[in-house]
Amino acid sequence: MSQDYGFISDWIKADSKVLDLGCGDGALLLQLQQKHNILGYGLEIDPQSISQCIANGVNVIEQDLNKGLTNFADGSFDTVVMTQALQAMRYPHLVLDEMLRIGSECIITFPNFGYWGTRAYLNFRGRMPVTKQLAYQWYDTPNIHFFTYADFEALCRERNIDILHRRTMAEHFPDKQLKSLWPNLFTQTAVYHLSRK
Amino acid sequence: MSSESTSKDSIGIVKTQSVHINQPLKLACGVVLPEHKLVYETYGELNAQRSNGILLCHALSGDHHAAGFHEGDSRPGWWEHYVGPGKAIDSDKFFIVSVNNIGSCFGSTGPMSINPETGERWGASFPSLRARDWVESQRLLMEYLNIDCWAAIIGGSLGGMQAMRWSLEHPDKVLNAVVIASSMKLTAQNIAFNEIARRAIKSDPDFCDGNYLQQGKAPLRGLALARMIGHVTYLSDELMGQKFGRELRIGDLVDRNADPVEFQVESYLNYQGDKFSDSFDANSYILITKMLDYFDLSREYDNDPIKAFSHSKCNFLVISFSSDWRFAPERSREITDALLAANRPVSYTEIESDKGHDAFLLPNVRYEDALGGYLSRVATQLQGGAQ
Repeated sequence: MSQDYGFISDWIKADSKVLDLGCGDGALLLQLQQKHNILGYGLEIDPQSISQCIANGVNVIEQDLNKGLTNFADGSFDTVVMTQALQAMRYPHLVLDEMLRIGSECIITFPNFGYWGTRAYLNFRGRMPVTKQLAYQWYDTPNIHFFTYADFEALCRERNIDILHRRTMAEHFPDKQLKSLWPNLFTQTAVYHLSRK
Repeated sequence: MSSESTSKDSIGIVKTQSVHINQPLKLACGVVLPEHKLVYETYGELNAQRSNGILLCHALSGDHHAAGFHEGDSRPGWWEHYVGPGKAIDSDKFFIVSVNNIGSCFGSTGPMSINPETGERWGASFPSLRARDWVESQRLLMEYLNIDCWAAIIGGSLGGMQAMRWSLEHPDKVLNAVVIASSMKLTAQNIAFNEIARRAIKSDPDFCDGNYLQQGKAPLRGLALARMIGHVTYLSDELMGQKFGRELRIGDLVDRNADPVEFQVESYLNYQGDKFSDSFDANSYILITKMLDYFDLSREYDNDPIKAFSHSKCNFLVISFSSDWRFAPERSREITDALLAANRPVSYTEIESDKGHDAFLLPNVRYEDALGGYLSRVATQLQGGAQ
């Protein structure tokens, strides 16, 4: 997953204030701190990840995203980031609204359920896909919403969200070459840079 | 991990030191103490740059003896689990200073000391104190120890209030503030419990309007009762249930002839109350609970905590405990939110614990990880390591 940090880091301005929702061990924030001298904060609920952030010198706040972000003021951050977690939120569309309320811009990455590999898995095996990226059985997965690149763009149109940049990512040949032609079919991870219209 | 950490070595035998601070200390109430005595302990060595000092701030009933053992004593200091070689607050890396604050009763100037003006003990006439007075007195000790800047100031409960006050009063003299189970101001409920405790003390006929020392008396029953009330509020319902349940110590509720009946929890609380009243001074208890009540971090900053914290320059670590209802996690979240809004570097963690407010003194692996991880990074930075 280190590659999506590359894109993200290009979209972050130096000395800006960044909030990372579901920051894990703080690797992205640490990278942005070193590269762009940002003032970064991560939200996390996993105890081990919190300890890692603290030991790594990343500001981390123990807070459950599903319980809301009302403690953050409107426009209090330059950028709000969420990597690979939107599909695990109870109400992804409301989280998206909140991100754009708190931040002037936001960056989101998510696994594209429209990827041919997942489509083929469901189509031929008749079972819910268990892949490297979606490595859970249906009954114990934290990923409670499955959506595709196309679904996400439709949501952005509906909610008047401006797509500043989009990047598509795939790991292998020929997906890497084909994703620009048929993004929804060959993108494994979608990366979006958004703002409110 | 926890068994390994609990078996880590103690700092061993420690000695209490004392200093007469001969500079006048102007208290918030206007009274000037021309001089005052402080007793303190230190653990570890001060480095050549004199940059690795950590100040520990004690709470209501704490003292200077945080770690190790006094000669011939079998009981270690109050924060033994967290302070010592290889522990979360590591005496191999830091020079740790633990001071008994003025107004308390373990050797530093307080109600039991002689008022030089009258030649008698201060007793109830000891001037009223604020947390900032403790901070100022600690700053004078810092000067005496020839330390320019603390690597960290750490405190739980009232100790956390001192750490926060330091960050506002002397922003250039502290790099990190660790605020544990604390609050920017007490709630009405919290003040209420303090007043009940004070009333219990004052109701004891041996209190003699606070002049019990002069009359050779001590309001032991009142102070014990005050402590019993406090003690209940420092524990959680769940923990008391686990620890005592409805176990009986004496008697039998089935056999009607086996009166009197005593529950284990009654015996425990009475013991705790009596033990405390033998070792603590009633006037100090009144004085310091008042100090807790008066504390309001942002009063002089237009009651705006964000404005208050914008004066600070240090990094913050804020820790709360899930079952603490006397200094609830919400209070720590308020501190964290204010720091966030003031663009101050802060980490916050709510430690799962069933031990109530007392959890900040007790072993807990997650708590230890957070505190230890934070401070080992501070130590690395001092050595000019990774940013």
